[in-house]
Amino acid sequence: MKKIKIVIFLIMFSLNNVNAEVIEIKPNEIFKNLRCLICQGQSVADSNSDFAQTMKLVVRDQINDGKSEKEIYEFLIEKYGEWIVYKPPLNKANFILWILPYLVFAIGGVIIFLLLKKRENY
Amino acid sequence: MQVKIIKLLIVSIIIFIIGVFFISLDKNTSYDTKGLEGQILKNIKLEHFKENKFITEKYLKKNDFTLINFWASWCGPCRLEHPFLLKLKNEKNLKLIGVNFKDKKNSAINFLNDHGDPYHELAKDEFGKYSINFGIYGIPESILVNKNLVIIKKFIGPISENDYIYIKETIKK
Repeated sequence: MKKIKIVIFLIMFSLNNVNAEVIEIKPNEIFKNLRCLICQGQSVADSNSDFAQTMKLVVRDQINDGKSEKEIYEFLIEKYGEWIVYKPPLNKANFILWILPYLVFAIGGVIIFLLLKKRENY
Repeated sequence: MQVKIIKLLIVSIIIFIIGVFFISLDKNTSYDTKGLEGQILKNIKLEHFKENKFITEKYLKKNDFTLINFWASWCGPCRLEHPFLLKLKNEKNLKLIGVNFKDKKNSAINFLNDHGDPYHELAKDEFGKYSINFGIYGIPESILVNKNLVIIKKFIGPISENDYIYIKETIKK
C-alpha cells in the first residue's frame, strides 16, 4: 500500500512539474521580442536604457498578474503599435511579408523542377 | 517555353524587389506614437502625488478636455514647455494632470515652487510603470483627451507655441 502511495505521489509530482513547464512564461523570451524604441537596433533584453528597464518591470508585473504572453504583446501593441514587437502578428498589412518566404521557396522548387526536367529531356 | 517562364519569373522577382525598396526607402521610418490618436484610453490609474488616492477615468470624464503631461524636474525640455502649461491652466474647459516621472519628491516640489504649478491634479510615477499604459517612451510627452477619453493628440517632446495654439483652438470647438 505504501509503495502504491509513493508511486501515486511521484506521478502527481511529475505531472505538476510538466504542467508548470507548460504555463511558465520566460520574461527574457518576451524581452527579446520587444523593440527598445529609443535605442538603435536593440531589443529590450539587450538594452539598459530607462525605457527598457521600465518595460521589463511592466512585463514582469503582467506575468505576475497571470497574463499570458499573447495578452502582454496585445497590451503593448495597443499602446505602442506593432513596431514594439520584432515578430508582429499576421494581419492584412503584413500578410505578404509572412507569405513571401514560402512563396519564394515554392517558386524556387518549381524552377529547380523545370531545370531538372529540361536536363532529362536533353 | 520553360526558359521563358524562368526568365519571366526572375524578371518579376527583380521588379518586385526593386518596387519594395522604391516604396520603403521613400517612407519616413522615424517612430512615434502619434498613430495612437483616436484610441480610447483605458484602465487609467495614476497615483496622486500628495494624497493617498488614485486619479482614475472618473476624473477625466468630468472634464471637457484633459491634458496629461509627463514631466520631471531633471528634464531640461520640460522647462521649455512650462510657460505654455501655465497659460493653459487658465482655460475654462481644460484640466491639466501632471505626472511626475521617475523623480525625487523634493526636487519636483522645488521645481513647481520655482517655475509655478500649472496642474489641477498632480500624480507621480516613481518607476515609470504607469507611463506604459499611456504609450510614453520619453519625457516630456503630453496627451490631450476629451470627455470620452479619446486621444485627440499626442505631443511628443515639449509643447511648442504652435501646440499651445492648437490646444486652445481645439478646446474652444
